[in-house]
Amino acid sequence: MFLDSDLLMSALRALTPILLAALGGALCERAGVFNIGLEGMMLMGCFTSVATSWFTGSPWLGVLAAALAAAAYSLVLAVGAVTLRGDAVVLGIAMNLLAVGLTSFLLRTVFGVQGTFDDPSLAGLPLIGGFTPLAYLSWAAVAVAALLLSRHVWGLRLRGVGEAPDAAATLGVSPAKYQYGAILLSGVLCGLAGAQLALGNVTLFTENMTAGRGWIAVVAVMLGRAAPLGVLLAALLFGLAEAAGFRLQGLGLPQQATDAAPYVVTLGALFLTTARRRRRPRTTGAVQ
Amino acid sequence: MTRISGALRSPLTFSVLAGLVIGALFLLGTGADPIAAYEAVVTGALGADGIGSTLTTGTSVLGLALALAIPLRAGLINLGGDGQMVLGGITAAVTGLYSPLPAPLTVVLALLAGMAAGAGYAVLAALCENRLGVPLLVSSLLLSYPAVSLASYLARYPLKEPGSSLPQTRALPDGVALPAFGDSTVTLGLVLVAIAAAAYWFTDRRTAVGYEIRMTGLNPRFSAYAGVERRGLTLRLMALSGGLAGLVGAIGVLSFPYRFVDGSLTAPGYTWTGLTAALLAAAAPLGTVVAAFFFAVLQVGGLAMERTTEVPRELTQVLQAIVIVFLAARLRFPGRWFAFTRRTRESGAV
Repeated sequence: MFLDSDLLMSALRALTPILLAALGGALCERAGVFNIGLEGMMLMGCFTSVATSWFTGSPWLGVLAAALAAAAYSLVLAVGAVTLRGDAVVLGIAMNLLAVGLTSFLLRTVFGVQGTFDDPSLAGLPLIGGFTPLAYLSWAAVAVAALLLSRHVWGLRLRGVGEAPDAAATLGVSPAKYQYGAILLSGVLCGLAGAQLALGNVTLFTENMTAGRGWIAVVAVMLGRAAPLGVLLAALLFGLAEAAGFRLQGLGLPQQATDAAPYVVTLGALFLTTARRRRRPRTTGAVQ
Repeated sequence: MTRISGALRSPLTFSVLAGLVIGALFLLGTGADPIAAYEAVVTGALGADGIGSTLTTGTSVLGLALALAIPLRAGLINLGGDGQMVLGGITAAVTGLYSPLPAPLTVVLALLAGMAAGAGYAVLAALCENRLGVPLLVSSLLLSYPAVSLASYLARYPLKEPGSSLPQTRALPDGVALPAFGDSTVTLGLVLVAIAAAAYWFTDRRTAVGYEIRMTGLNPRFSAYAGVERRGLTLRLMALSGGLAGLVGAIGVLSFPYRFVDGSLTAPGYTWTGLTAALLAAAAPLGTVVAAFFFAVLQVGGLAMERTTEVPRELTQVLQAIVIVFLAARLRFPGRWFAFTRRTRESGAV
């Protein structure tokens, strides 16, 4: 049978990195920052987690270091777009390029290899019930983000900052502070997403290994209208597409067809949802 | 004096200098001599051995820089250059292999077919924005991946050269190639791209359409008020953009090694280098040409630097991205630095 529990399991595994990154993107979107640097932040997380796990022998330290490194990297966007009022779109594109260059450069200077670093003694994350602890964390993060945005004062103020920054400022809520918070949180989440990708889904580092997942996360934010549960559903769709792709590959379809599947599915889903609703007014910094 | 300090104070100067300084710090970090490394970049790219390679790389980089600059001038970002270029390349390869026409006509047909394929695919991304409300940035990028996969599939299975272990098509028939200058790998493609740059410069500076495009980029609401029809403009600009990207793909296939090789168009990152060049120049025609040449020098010189100093060539990619990060953050030298030097100089004169 094609649709079975195996497929669901592998869909859920493929889902985790996208979900973590997309939650970060959703927080930024709610705060009025269009964050398309998710891909780059994730890639920094991938490299840092592998390098730290390799040199310390502990994947946990790898996860921690990935979160910290990606958060530090996200400061580029925070300082550039919030403090200096630069163009968030251009900054995001440049950050993605910088991450590819930087991690490839470091791969060669630190590990002395080109392309891929892969070693049997590189410690990956343990599996609990078939999933890494980060997968469970990502599901919990959906609930926390949903509660935060709908119930907690921090989340409500964050949304206020995104929807009406001037009004928020009049009420004594500093937009910059909340936008910094959202961007740094997205950095942490992308770092975790990177660690999941490099120490969970596989245990290695390859140049540009995120391969567009950060962009899929950006689309998941749009699809899910920046709501945590919506983002979860959108990311699940991508996970299913990737898992079904692997399955079809087993049935003899060429790898290229399955590589393309997630992008085609995401685009199709975007068509269906955007065609039905009128475009809502967008937050500052979003592309029109 | 004000002119000079104005140029020094421009974010552009700051960004490029900051990029070079941070690059030098990286070089020091790896234990290399920054001056020797930068010298290796320049001599490697512009010396007798490197200039041909720089011009060949420059053809692709400039072509894509123009392709991405044209929509960028109107504030539109096309991130699908890879897909449009690769489709142009594979279409040109198929045309070159199966066209019954004489060789010179086949070359022209292959170039046109490549441009048409790229343009058609870019129009698809524009339609996604116009009709379906998917932002161009996202639609162009998402469409790019399936196109690259499709070309890769064609080169690996149906069109694969029989007996070859490489993922490539058969070589094009004799004579189906762009004429090269002397013994070099530089072809007529460079001239084609230069003509495109000149046409872009002329349109931008001297025609009403160019003015409309610039105005849309500077203030879309004002240009809409003035009667510029945005959807039509998006469609036309994307067609031009994709057409140019397709042309670069076709030129790549019609130059050495005269076939479509999977990955040979996408691996050097022409699209991203072209995009950074266009962003650096704010899509201005002459600036784009200069920036594309600068980045082509970096890319080719990076290889020479790797040979002489053993610093990985990926450093040049880091340098490029840092320049754009600084530029986007609109950093510049603080004004008081210049005010200070001016004052001291004036008081010194008194």
